[in-house]
Amino acid sequence: MGSSARSLELRDASVRFGGIAALSEVSLTARPGRVLGVIGPNGAGKTTLFNVACGFVRPDAGSIHWGGQELRGLRPHQLARLGIARTLQGLGLFDRLTVLENVLVGADPQARTGFLAGLLALPRAGRDEARLRSRALETLDQLGIAGQADRHPGALPYAVRKKVALARALVAEPELVMLDEPASGLSDHELSELGTLLRDLASRMSVMLVEHHMDLVMSVCDDITVLDFGRVIASGTPDEVRDDPAVLAAYLGEAVT
Amino acid sequence: MQQLINTALGGLTLGMVYAAFALALVLIWRSTHVVNFAQAPMAMVTTFVALEIIDHGHSYWLGFAVALAAGLVLGAVVERVVVRPVEGGPEINAVILTLGLFIVLHALASVVFGNRYRSFPAAFGIRGIDVGGTTIALTGFGIFTILAVLAVMTLLVLLFRFTDLGLRMRAAAFNQEVARLLGVRVGRMLTLGWALAALVGSLSGLLIAGGSLVSPGYMDSVVVYGFVAAVLGGLDSPVGAVVGGLFLGLSLSFVSGYVGSQLVALAALAILMAVLFLRPDGLFAPARERRV
Repeated sequence: MGSSARSLELRDASVRFGGIAALSEVSLTARPGRVLGVIGPNGAGKTTLFNVACGFVRPDAGSIHWGGQELRGLRPHQLARLGIARTLQGLGLFDRLTVLENVLVGADPQARTGFLAGLLALPRAGRDEARLRSRALETLDQLGIAGQADRHPGALPYAVRKKVALARALVAEPELVMLDEPASGLSDHELSELGTLLRDLASRMSVMLVEHHMDLVMSVCDDITVLDFGRVIASGTPDEVRDDPAVLAAYLGEAVT
Repeated sequence: MQQLINTALGGLTLGMVYAAFALALVLIWRSTHVVNFAQAPMAMVTTFVALEIIDHGHSYWLGFAVALAAGLVLGAVVERVVVRPVEGGPEINAVILTLGLFIVLHALASVVFGNRYRSFPAAFGIRGIDVGGTTIALTGFGIFTILAVLAVMTLLVLLFRFTDLGLRMRAAAFNQEVARLLGVRVGRMLTLGWALAALVGSLSGLLIAGGSLVSPGYMDSVVVYGFVAAVLGGLDSPVGAVVGGLFLGLSLSFVSGYVGSQLVALAALAILMAVLFLRPDGLFAPARERRV
């Protein structure tokens, strides 16, 4: 990673669905080596923000920058090649592929054998695949689920499936990983495990997460951006955000005065 | 006894062809959830391409190879030009378009290749082989048919099970959005899927044509049986398509041999109804998850 690590920056991004402003002039930066948390009440625009950042949704105004370069017309399949990975709230695992195969799909967008090479030059493809395979297994091992490599995700408990989705995002060693509600559905023990993992990830890449679980966000994130009705109402360190009156108002209603 | 063996061997050969055709349908269904009604006329066109080449004095194998390559290209072109523009809309739109393509290709073939019956050569003998003095109903071309379909199936299994490309094609078939997010060029995978399916379809066309007469409508009866075979297998399962094809080929061969050839179509319908009655999702559908 070193000095070449890049930041993802949203500048004044706005998205409108029909007449409703899902995001209004949202700016934020995910920096290398840091964990950025995006929080906010339901419907605040957190998922839309993620969808903009990964090219699912084109912003109506504003721009996305990756390492200082503007990403124009970003499309989802380009994301992996840029070094950005994302998990989905619904996990989106391929139920009819094994755990290992699920991870292999995300394994290496850079060194992929091309369209024809994959068909014709099978020996070269074979070497590549052996390398990808061992890397995928290594990633599963780091998350402690290498033993499930040959099983199908549908047969596994939710917490393990979440790890599979995470392994699939991490296997290509992205520079930025975006996690959509990584804590949902986890037990207390699994939560603290996740906290440790996220800090560990931050030493290798930028981490950006959307999360409801306030304790996790407060304890793990370096920077926090709070959204409400599609607007940034506060941003800063956990301590700054915790005591911000606008944040309290958004979470607790008008009563905080 | 001899009739039993002969009937079984005839059914096996026929079943292999149905299996190939059903496999072509399943490959497309799995990746795009479109039933490709144009599969048969596409195979018919490529078979005529082979026939033109052979009739111009070139070798059977050149025609064979060019027809397969033409199938590959035709499949890719159909996906890009006909199916891609309606992608994202209701799947029925694409299905109707393939029906339209069915008619267009038929008409074009009549104009370009003529509407009469033309004989198509076989690469190997079409006489039964002698085994210990008696002639059995397995011909040289029949053996070639079985081996060719087996070879193509093996290659497909190797591609889908053991290569990164195959894995990406499967991923793209199961969930396009997630596959895109992981860097898979889903559009290319779909094009390749159609191309491979059309290649397998072309193979079945060539194998049916071998040693018999072809006309623009010669594949039409195979369509019905190929569809039945694919549905028997569950439309979603390549293995199911192959088993469905073999099962149908053998069953129909026995009906034709022991009951009467005029009942073949009826028997196919009866088998289809029986299977769908007992296993609505087909013989090889994955057990459906029960939601509580």
